[in-house]
Amino acid sequence: MARISASVYTSHVPAVGAAIDLGKTAEPYWQPVFGGYDFSKQWLKEQKPDVIFLVYNDHANAFSLDLIPTFAIGTAAEFAVADEGWGPRPVPKVIGHPKLAGHIAQSVIQDDFDLTIVNKMDIDHGLTVPLSLMCGQPQAWPCPVIPFAVNVVQYPAPSGRRCYMLGKAIRKAILSYDEPLNVQIWGTGGMSHQLQGPRAGLINKEFDTSFLDRLIADPEGLSKMPHIDYVREAGSEGIELVMWLIARGAMDDVNGAGKPPTVRHRFYHVPASNTAVGHLILENN
Amino acid sequence: MSLDKPYKDVPGTTIFDADMSRQGYHLNQFCMSLMKAENRARFKADERAYLDEWPMTEDQKLAVLARDLNRCIALGGNIYFLAKIGATDGKSFQQMAGSMTGMSEDEYRNMMVSGGRTIEGNRYTGEKK
Ligand SMILES: [Fe+2]
Repeated sequence: MARISASVYTSHVPAVGAAIDLGKTAEPYWQPVFGGYDFSKQWLKEQKPDVIFLVYNDHANAFSLDLIPTFAIGTAAEFAVADEGWGPRPVPKVIGHPKLAGHIAQSVIQDDFDLTIVNKMDIDHGLTVPLSLMCGQPQAWPCPVIPFAVNVVQYPAPSGRRCYMLGKAIRKAILSYDEPLNVQIWGTGGMSHQLQGPRAGLINKEFDTSFLDRLIADPEGLSKMPHIDYVREAGSEGIELVMWLIARGAMDDVNGAGKPPTVRHRFYHVPASNTAVGHLILENN
Repeated sequence: MSLDKPYKDVPGTTIFDADMSRQGYHLNQFCMSLMKAENRARFKADERAYLDEWPMTEDQKLAVLARDLNRCIALGGNIYFLAKIGATDGKSFQQMAGSMTGMSEDEYRNMMVSGGRTIEGNRYTGEKK
């Protein structure tokens, strides 16, 4: 049977991808950001997951206004890197896991979450930047990845509660898969940031710190936070943080199956471009 | 019954909801077209002619030509779509975000390095600092 061994949470700032691609990671501005992932790179090498279920949002790249799926699961064999307007990032294409992705889609839809199934989709920085942060610059990504895209572009994004409950359904689906796979689930985006209007540049460290604390110790309570609190306190783009609740909802402890997870790593830094960078690694016990 | 929109009193912030999305549909789809290198080249060669291929309002076209992102957003643009214009111009996300704040590029960058714009006084419109 497949199992979820750990969850990883990280911001996915596009400028971080550009800094990696342009060889700027050692510059004084960027070093503190990348230093926060040194442990994580080593950890991922040792963990050797078989599949990463990667929750992210598309930023008007795969999905225009023609089609806005709230939850979309990538079931393709591979995914090309999107040209977001600057040319595609020079990173490996993403190899999917169609069999497990199809299994999860079937199980989760039968659990009342009406996913959109996507067999052709380019992936943007929301997915590739977390891989770069956790893996560096390999010739190929270390394992297959199942992209799971959440709409946070057109309001309303799904509620935190809905995301958290979906995480539980995804866990149930993975645990019912017959092969003995070591699966990690990643939640990406955030933390506080606003990219638009006169309030652009908003950062709220107190909010972010509390979000990290509660995600670890009180995800149930945190899942009930309404959208307006994210928008007001963490900036219009801070709403991306609801995606972290999908990964947290898939952990053992909140499904009556074990002790609270071990916090293997926690990191926070301001700024990366316009954004507060947050990062957590939680291991199931 | 009208929908509850509790986000209307967040200062300096436009939430891209269904109403804005409807208003900005063609503007945002024009932006999407700039994801193709050949379209970026055509747009740069003659911006006005390229814009005239799209059923956008005159105000939307003028806002794009002026690179007035606040105006684009007021007319239904969404920042993730508008970013394609900035990308075509070779601008970073930080330069684009900063351009909407009335600050210079250096001032905005320094604000971010010093911890970003504070939340204090920035939660509600009309709130006293
Ligand atoms: Fe994002």
